[in-house]
Amino acid sequence: MSPSSKEIDAVVVQDPLEPSSKSSAMPGAVCPTPIFDHKQVVLGHGSGGKLTAELIEKLFLPAFTNPILERLDDQAVLEIGGSRLAFTTDSFVVTPIFFAGGDIGDLAINGTVNDLAMSGARPLYLSAAFILEEGLTMDELRRVVTSMQRAAASAGVQLVTGDTKVVNRGKGDKIFITTTGIGLVEGAVNISAANARPGDVVILSGYIGDHGMAILSQRENLEFEGEIRSDTAALHGLVAAMLEASPNIHALRDPTRGGVATTLNEIAARSKVGIRLNETAIPVRDTVKGACEILGLDPLFVANEGKLLAIVAPDAASAILERMRIHQHGTGACIVGEVVSEHPGMVLMKTEIGGTRVLDTLFGEQLPRIC
Amino acid sequence: MKYLDEYRDGKLAQKVVNEIRKVQTRPWVIMEVCGGQTHSIVKHGIDFLLPEGIELVHGPGCPVCVTPLEMIDKAHAIARQQEVIFCSFGDMLRVPGSEGDLFSIKSQGGDVRIVYSPLDCIKIARANPDKMVVFFAIGFETTAPANAMLVWRAHQEGIKNVSVLVSHVLVPPAISFILDSSQNRVQGFLGPGHVCTIVGYSDYEPIAERYHVPIVITGFEPLDLLQGTLMTVRLLEAGRNVVENQYARVLGREGNRAAQKLVEDVFEVSDRKWRGVGNIPASGLQLRSQFREHDAERLFDVGEIDTKEPEICISGQILRGIKKPHDCTAFGTLCTPQNPLGATMVSAEGSCAAYYTYGRHLKKEPELVSIAAPSPGGVA
Repeated sequence: MSPSSKEIDAVVVQDPLEPSSKSSAMPGAVCPTPIFDHKQVVLGHGSGGKLTAELIEKLFLPAFTNPILERLDDQAVLEIGGSRLAFTTDSFVVTPIFFAGGDIGDLAINGTVNDLAMSGARPLYLSAAFILEEGLTMDELRRVVTSMQRAAASAGVQLVTGDTKVVNRGKGDKIFITTTGIGLVEGAVNISAANARPGDVVILSGYIGDHGMAILSQRENLEFEGEIRSDTAALHGLVAAMLEASPNIHALRDPTRGGVATTLNEIAARSKVGIRLNETAIPVRDTVKGACEILGLDPLFVANEGKLLAIVAPDAASAILERMRIHQHGTGACIVGEVVSEHPGMVLMKTEIGGTRVLDTLFGEQLPRIC
Repeated sequence: MKYLDEYRDGKLAQKVVNEIRKVQTRPWVIMEVCGGQTHSIVKHGIDFLLPEGIELVHGPGCPVCVTPLEMIDKAHAIARQQEVIFCSFGDMLRVPGSEGDLFSIKSQGGDVRIVYSPLDCIKIARANPDKMVVFFAIGFETTAPANAMLVWRAHQEGIKNVSVLVSHVLVPPAISFILDSSQNRVQGFLGPGHVCTIVGYSDYEPIAERYHVPIVITGFEPLDLLQGTLMTVRLLEAGRNVVENQYARVLGREGNRAAQKLVEDVFEVSDRKWRGVGNIPASGLQLRSQFREHDAERLFDVGEIDTKEPEICISGQILRGIKKPHDCTAFGTLCTPQNPLGATMVSAEGSCAAYYTYGRHLKKEPELVSIAAPSPGGVA
């Protein structure tokens, strides 16, 4: 992999996040953050894109700043009494609450289990807080709870505390669930979005875009040939297997909101490295690809709920990949790119036809195009 | 995947590029007319594959971009009204008017909905008889039939609470406008494949003849665009100013007669103002008078709207192929998709927004070209 980077060493690209003396020649680089001018919260603030990042950087981070939060990983890793605990929380507000391949219940368990797993932790205990809208049928609530029960049992985690609130009809959207989880990080594992190094290999665990397109096609009543099903799954078993194959995993992320492109941009920015992808290596199902083409969406920015991206040491890649492929959630695992020292903070992709494209973080949500 | 991967084959693409190199004897400036083509070119890095001397300039064919600011403001004024459900294609929602965009109107309590088909408005209107459903009917000839169908069906079925805010534009007058300019640089065109799927391409023949330019009606996939470019370069080199059809798998010379008839029944040709360009005579469509009960502009009196575009913006020149996004001092700094100063930045298909979305504000083009060079043993 690495020989290619030599040939393109001559390309000097500055870190878009750090304006330098050269920036006058590059107008884009002098504007590190977008102009922020919202008097009200808009949906894009929850998209996982630039608007979300802005909200975190300009409001939440200054308010609560501390070294643990500043790592901006999907979970905090805390040293308590000689143990390393992973700690995370996530809210689930999906519409519709039942969709092909899953529902808000298993999503709420798997999402938090995955956020713990992405630190290499063994997930242990979860809490669940329910905000229910008056009028939600008991049948629906029971279905959600049963699904949570099944997902928790299958993930080997216990739900040990919780809370229930009910809001007036019209003040919620059937059901919102927040789950919080803790897990144990064992051994010499040190996984963080800030740990990617030049020369590392980017591994993707399988097909992308399934969850986002399943939700969208169901929500908008779009009928495509061949059902698209959410990929929601708990990934800690896969992570444990990968760590067994080699501890040299530097960064792990599950590309949920904002998809693979946004996640890799976060890793590139946090690790101050460049990432180079090969479009032909990225697996997208025909149904998802087709649905995305019709709507003018890009699968690289579509949410996944059962996939992970791993940045691993080059000499560990084949052992990890081999182990992933015999795990049920990693059968489609493949190498999709590499980490380079050039263009820090940026993700470049060699396109199917051999052109080059920069994968930037989106501003807000992806919008279907007119024609 | 079938009908997609075939048109994104890297080896075939290289073959076509080599063929262009073989045929070309001098520099040529070619304009792709349609915003969808611009998007595809920038997304796949097609312009970086082309031999030096073949310059693609980006045309005015992004319907969201060229919708005048006054019309956007009018749409927003209507969308703010309590009795209205305002429906639009997705990419119109983030286009800012003088005060905010449709997303912010939604956050303030306006009922704004994305629809995938204009006909969805019929369902929405039936489910909400006490509301007026207003559809923002914008676009070129491509969206005109579906938009016309909405009006026609609402009229036929007596659904009174459906109306449309029309801002339809036509491609041929825009091409003539570009070619009439004394500053024109464009020597050949990649014609708009989807527009011609509806209207055919006979209207383009007199343009090719009159202005001595070859026009190749072209599709949207990478290989379509490369083949269209090859065909255009061949015509340019041979000095043949004719219309050819690269997109023959989709369209014929006559287009879709049924769609044309529907559009003619519902709309009539009118003058239209183009954002960044100005008024172009007979360059748009408006509702025929028998459908006036569905005309949102008539139903809603939103008062005088006075708009002002930032002077720094050069989108007018970009839309005519005279300049490129990088030529603008505001590009990527003062002007970004979240804070667009003009037409070509407001929609994903505008050339400034496409350049920005695909990260071209982050570095200069020559640097991207060198990355695009083949790298044996590159990423697996």
